[in-house]
Amino acid sequence: MRWVNRHARRSERIFWGSLPILLLVLLYLFIAAQRHAANPLDKILPLPGSMATAMAALLFQPDPLTGQLVFWADTLASLQRLGLGLGIATLSALVVGLVLGVLPPVRATFGPLVTAVAVIPPIALLPILFIALGLGETAKVALIVIGIAPVMMRDIAAHVAALPREQIIKAQTLGASSWQIMIRVALPQAMPRLLHAVRLSLGPAWVFLISAEAIASDVGLGYRIFLVRRYLSMDVIIPYVAWIAILAILMDVALTFASQWLYPWAHGERH
Amino acid sequence: MSALLSLRDIWVEYGDKIVLEKVNLDIETGSFVSIIGPSGAGKSSLLRVVLGQEVPSRGTILLDGTPLTPECGPDRGVVFQRYSVFPHLSALQNTIFGLECAKAPFAGRLFGHARRAARAEAEEMLDAVGLRDSMHLYPAQMSGGMQQRLAIAQALIKQPRILLLDEPFGALDPGIRADMHVLITRLWRDYSLTIIMVTHDIREAFSLGTRVLALDKRRHDPHAPHRFGATAVYDLPLRDRSEPAASEESDAPDESERNEEERTDHE
Repeated sequence: MRWVNRHARRSERIFWGSLPILLLVLLYLFIAAQRHAANPLDKILPLPGSMATAMAALLFQPDPLTGQLVFWADTLASLQRLGLGLGIATLSALVVGLVLGVLPPVRATFGPLVTAVAVIPPIALLPILFIALGLGETAKVALIVIGIAPVMMRDIAAHVAALPREQIIKAQTLGASSWQIMIRVALPQAMPRLLHAVRLSLGPAWVFLISAEAIASDVGLGYRIFLVRRYLSMDVIIPYVAWIAILAILMDVALTFASQWLYPWAHGERH
Repeated sequence: MSALLSLRDIWVEYGDKIVLEKVNLDIETGSFVSIIGPSGAGKSSLLRVVLGQEVPSRGTILLDGTPLTPECGPDRGVVFQRYSVFPHLSALQNTIFGLECAKAPFAGRLFGHARRAARAEAEEMLDAVGLRDSMHLYPAQMSGGMQQRLAIAQALIKQPRILLLDEPFGALDPGIRADMHVLITRLWRDYSLTIIMVTHDIREAFSLGTRVLALDKRRHDPHAPHRFGATAVYDLPLRDRSEPAASEESDAPDESERNEEERTDHE
């Protein structure tokens, strides 16, 4: 049988999918154990026991200075920034993308501007944001928005503009105005694409969040990682990175399910 | 007979390429006009001009004696070969769409009593095209024939003055196509429609139409083939069709076709 025709069953897929991850974990444990055999005080590759001890302090013991549980305070702060940034970016991408995609004069006027903003590396704008908006939350959220919104706008606009011309003509012969075409024809068909665009933007959004937190912050997952880096605290950094990965995966899965549940027509014959 | 649609000296040019030249046509109420011709003879351009999707470079189009605005409107319905229905709406929602656009300019949706009335009207329309049992399906769940039935129902609910069909049955397999011919003939008679249909299928053109227009170039310059446009080279009025379509489907159109071509050739 050709390899292109070999489809794994569901149970097999879980086994084969987890195999490389397990192997990597085993490899890490093996090397870490070797290093600890040579030097029991090794900090570079901590063993699970020391990670658990270090994390327990952050998870359950209030910080003497602020009285907060550090890990949860970091998570909450980061998710809040990320959520605000993603929300604002998504909403503006939807509105701008629809208007650019449906209305040719608007596309002609503002299309080049969106393209120009999209090609600026957002991190290069970070100093401007810090100068203009201060070092508070606004600058961090703004960095996420500026980082991901233009790409999403272009994606939605291109998707809407690529709707079959026949559909737009048909809608007009059914008496639809520009506004009705926008909200009844373009908007519903842009929604699954928008959720997809948010999924793809999650990665860059985390990058901008961690960057902003690393540079100027006093709480947040990125702040903590860069803070404990000074003490070579790999026993904190590795669990934090794993936690960020879990959060990102959960968001991605949630968006996928939301799209299938809300827009079954966009996902093939399965509805 | 009164002309519902009049084309006066229509030219369509793209740059220096002339697609249609000097097209003069009068289309009567209740006629079923088939447009045939070789590829690139401007069949679809003519349809787009009538539809308002394209502005002719010269000439005027009159609908009921008033010039048409160069924009699509609810007075001209259309069914394309593909992409005529909205993939994100069920059959019923697709059909109600036209009613909602007219009655809900801002929300684009109807609620309560108005919605129930529109729904009843749409169900009746779906029944007429044989889709009553499939009204909650999405287009992706329907076969090509069902999608075209839906596209027809969607257009007819607006009661257009003219229904334009752009190779509507071109992508369907022969059995389904025969069913669609029966359907469109019945709808044409029941709703007293005026239909203009572009087709590649000469047999279909003659079996369905009350009038067949053949578009082609009258003149041909071998050094600049794009400088002469196509026009209606044959305009064949067929006999008045009062007998059912099924019997016409069976007789071979070849002979009558040739005779009528000869008869009208000198026009």
